[in-house]
Amino acid sequence: MKEFEYAAAASVDEAVSLLAAHGPRAKILSGGTDILVQLREGLREADLVLDVKRIPELTALEFDSARGLLLGAATPCYRIYEHEQVKRAYPALADAARIIGGWQIQTRASVGGNLCNSSPAADTIPALIAHAAVCHIAGPDGRRSVRAAEFCTAPGKNVLGRGELLVALEFPPPVPRSGARYLRFIPRNEMDIAVAGAGVWVRLDPTGQQIEEARIGLAAVAPTPLEATEVAAWLAGRPATPESFAEAGRMAQAIARPITDMRGTAEYRRHLVAVLTRRALADAVGRARGVG
Amino acid sequence: MTASAKPAASSSAPQYKVLGTRPIRHDGTDKVTGRAIYAADLHLPGMAYGRVIRSPHAHARIRSIDFSAALALPGVLAVTSAADMPDLKNKFADLGEGRVNLAHLGANCLAQGKVLYRGHAVAAVAAVSPHVAEEAAKLVRIEYEPLPAVTWVLDAMKPNAPLLHDDVFTESMGQLSDKPSNVSRHIHFEQGDVQRGFAQADVVIEREYRTASVHQGYIEPHACTALWNQDGHVTIWTATQGSFSCRQQVAELLELPVSRVTVVPCEIGGGFGGKIPIYLEPVAVLLSRKCGRPVKLTMTRSDVFEGTGPTPGSFVRVKLGATRDGKLVAGEAWLAYDAGAFPGGMIGPGCMCVFSCYEIPHARVDGYDVCLNKPKTAAYRAPGATQAAFACESVIDELAERLNIDPIEFRLKNAAKEGTRRVDGPVYPRIGLVEVLEAARASEHWNTPLAGPWRGRGVAAGYWFNIGLKSSASASVNADGTVTLVEGSTDIGGTRTSVAMQLAETLGIAAEDVRPQVADTDSVGYTDVTGGSRVTFATGLAAYQVGLDIRRQMAERAALLWECDPALVRFEDGVFRTDGRSITFKELAAKLHATGGPVVGRAAVDPEGPTHGFGAHIVDVEVDPDTGKVTILRYTAVQDAGKAVHPSYVEGQMQGGTVQGIGWALNEEYWFDDRGQMRNASFLDYRMPTALDVPMIETIIVEVPNPDHPYGVRGVGETPIVPPPAALANAIYRATGVRLRELPMSPPRVWAALAAAGKSS
Repeated sequence: MKEFEYAAAASVDEAVSLLAAHGPRAKILSGGTDILVQLREGLREADLVLDVKRIPELTALEFDSARGLLLGAATPCYRIYEHEQVKRAYPALADAARIIGGWQIQTRASVGGNLCNSSPAADTIPALIAHAAVCHIAGPDGRRSVRAAEFCTAPGKNVLGRGELLVALEFPPPVPRSGARYLRFIPRNEMDIAVAGAGVWVRLDPTGQQIEEARIGLAAVAPTPLEATEVAAWLAGRPATPESFAEAGRMAQAIARPITDMRGTAEYRRHLVAVLTRRALADAVGRARGVG
Repeated sequence: MTASAKPAASSSAPQYKVLGTRPIRHDGTDKVTGRAIYAADLHLPGMAYGRVIRSPHAHARIRSIDFSAALALPGVLAVTSAADMPDLKNKFADLGEGRVNLAHLGANCLAQGKVLYRGHAVAAVAAVSPHVAEEAAKLVRIEYEPLPAVTWVLDAMKPNAPLLHDDVFTESMGQLSDKPSNVSRHIHFEQGDVQRGFAQADVVIEREYRTASVHQGYIEPHACTALWNQDGHVTIWTATQGSFSCRQQVAELLELPVSRVTVVPCEIGGGFGGKIPIYLEPVAVLLSRKCGRPVKLTMTRSDVFEGTGPTPGSFVRVKLGATRDGKLVAGEAWLAYDAGAFPGGMIGPGCMCVFSCYEIPHARVDGYDVCLNKPKTAAYRAPGATQAAFACESVIDELAERLNIDPIEFRLKNAAKEGTRRVDGPVYPRIGLVEVLEAARASEHWNTPLAGPWRGRGVAAGYWFNIGLKSSASASVNADGTVTLVEGSTDIGGTRTSVAMQLAETLGIAAEDVRPQVADTDSVGYTDVTGGSRVTFATGLAAYQVGLDIRRQMAERAALLWECDPALVRFEDGVFRTDGRSITFKELAAKLHATGGPVVGRAAVDPEGPTHGFGAHIVDVEVDPDTGKVTILRYTAVQDAGKAVHPSYVEGQMQGGTVQGIGWALNEEYWFDDRGQMRNASFLDYRMPTALDVPMIETIIVEVPNPDHPYGVRGVGETPIVPPPAALANAIYRATGVRLRELPMSPPRVWAALAAAGKSS
């Protein structure tokens, strides 16, 4: 590993100016669970490693049932699932936060870091898509917002430009009769990377028998996490039955574009995405009905 | 600690004071506090840090190596490559476990002319820091001419396969082939009349099995430090299973007398057979000779996967015939095991083990040792036996089912016992397979019904020889009545304690009163590798004899005190006695200086192995038909330990071996792309089981004493890895109705098999 400079920014402005000055040779250190390994293994190189955990905005977790959740980009995963209201309001996010690495990793790793690492197999991104999260980005030209579903552009790549920093993720306030679930498949029971994953969110009608609205994010079946808008649109107005879930699974399968690698074959991933979508929908509906 | 049943001992079992108890291990404190010194912990003044440069190609000719840019980097102290190794063409050495071609051994440590697998060491640099060494390694310019590669054993046997060596010929029945071949050896065993045997069979089943390469997966990567001193003496601190074997290999490769090399074995973080070969040691010695400093070399995890021995990938065909009443009458096996890049894999034991659990009057076995573009295979816990048992025990299960006989009953009907002649020749002495199977049949697990959809129970047996070989030990009696034991067996499984306990038993003192130490090659007599589950047996035997030697000398001292004939001094329960007088071991120890000086006992042994370890496993699984994922609900391992010296360690070996077998069965594999490159050389993607993937492994220790050991000890470390793949395959069949015949039985493979059988979504 080559020597690099280390800086800990105290404000968003300071971080942005350091990032702008160093360009792509600057790497952001949040929890460090990806970047430190990548630097050590020579997968990425850096002249400057910029620690952003001292910027108060980046480690915030502000929840208000009327305004929603503002989650700092460097806030570690454990703070999500240890927060009773957040856990209840954004269950798919809590599902994902709870299965990234082991407990030690979860005390460091952040959802923002998981998003910025932009792996197609990232566990939190389908959950961000399902919960309609919006990314707040600061840069040399001021601030802008991007839907989480549109953040990743290719494996390991995203919309962040030179000097830009992900500051926070914002989630809409919870609505009644809604539920969400993130499920992934791994060959082992822990400490593994998703072979495929599905995050779903549903809102039911007052009878609880019909889906009024849905959102679905899929992991590890395309070069970026996928937002399954066609499937979500199809589900709106459908009965919340196993048949609907299975059909939605088949539709998700149709839009998947997986590859074969050491973590699974394309055929198997295509199969899994249907299974996971179906199962996640059933669980999310259960949660929306208050029985999950 | 575990749900172990009481040892199913015979009623006339001798009563022991120390053996069979569970004292705290002597090395425990240092290990749990982090004070134990492992090879990577070593720091010496002026130490340099090396880095090995490894091949990015699976097969290529080395056109040139240019060190000039690396040498120009400030802080670089030395570089080396095969050019610095002596020419060892056609030289062989006997390393205790068989003859080794030194040219191949050397070329595996530093490639000679060609690289034969991705990760093959080509060159090395030493520098003032690991970071400078890493940068220097990137500056070494190596030109390769890539060659076609082959990574599957049957492909490598084809006549048009890429040829790895032009000096390897097929040896078959003492004859060498005309042309060079990737097949280095053909083994053939036969007994009875196979044709006649199959003619007697009412049922014949023949199946083919495939297994992937898997790695030992020890947590500690290889590491060593070497110092070529100004006087020409070489000292090596290393993680090894055999300090004397390491010494000899390094000495032979560098053409040094063995006395010029001292190997200091450090604590070892797992070996399982994989730390018997040398990799880094001669390279570190060459670098140290050049720069005059101690040089430390360490491997990364991907270096370990790509550059050190996995176990062979294999193809096995087994055909078995049985009569209607369930007697095996004939067997035939055809095994091809990959040896990795150099000849000399695990095909021998594979052929000897394939039918080792059964009495089969007519049998024939053919085996092939095949070179291909993977790392040279190394021993891995019962090397070669697991692949063979996966095949044989699966066919046995099918036969039992076809004949409508309970799978344990079927095995009992045909179990090898005293007098059974194995296909490769040996006739078994007293062995414990029948008792093991009976204990499995009587177990609570076997007698608890398993209900529910997609659930099934499987059973399989397994065998490993275990060996004897050479061990030395000595011990000094201290004035406080304790004894300091010095042995040469590096401790990978708690053997310091199991050996010390045998000395304690012999001397009638507490296990805690023996202080065991693993010494370097200058401080103890020659001792063979820690392998073949031999240490508790053979080094334990040495400790027993050390104990007898001390008893004899102490009896003389007592006789001196009592002015009597030493022949009249008896020793019982830690007390020396003669007519009306007695003195305890401790009391006498305090009087040694007044009765002639120190008492030092010593022994060197070379007992006949094998000690014959048999086991049987029962496993319950549940299969998710949607994903193909197999969940283990319950697992019981039964094994004959002869005498379980420290039952916790025996249980630990049974559990550890079982878990490794489970990993081999369900998820572990070297995953190669179409260029022969391993793509999962990390613990993230090479999926060993975690603590969350296996239930508590229940253990049942059976004790059928080994007649060739004073305390009846048999080796226990290896047998437990043998049954799991077959037991799991048989359980998956009972759960799903589908037979899996390829390892690993990973979720995609199980799902594909279920889908092909119309049993999945």
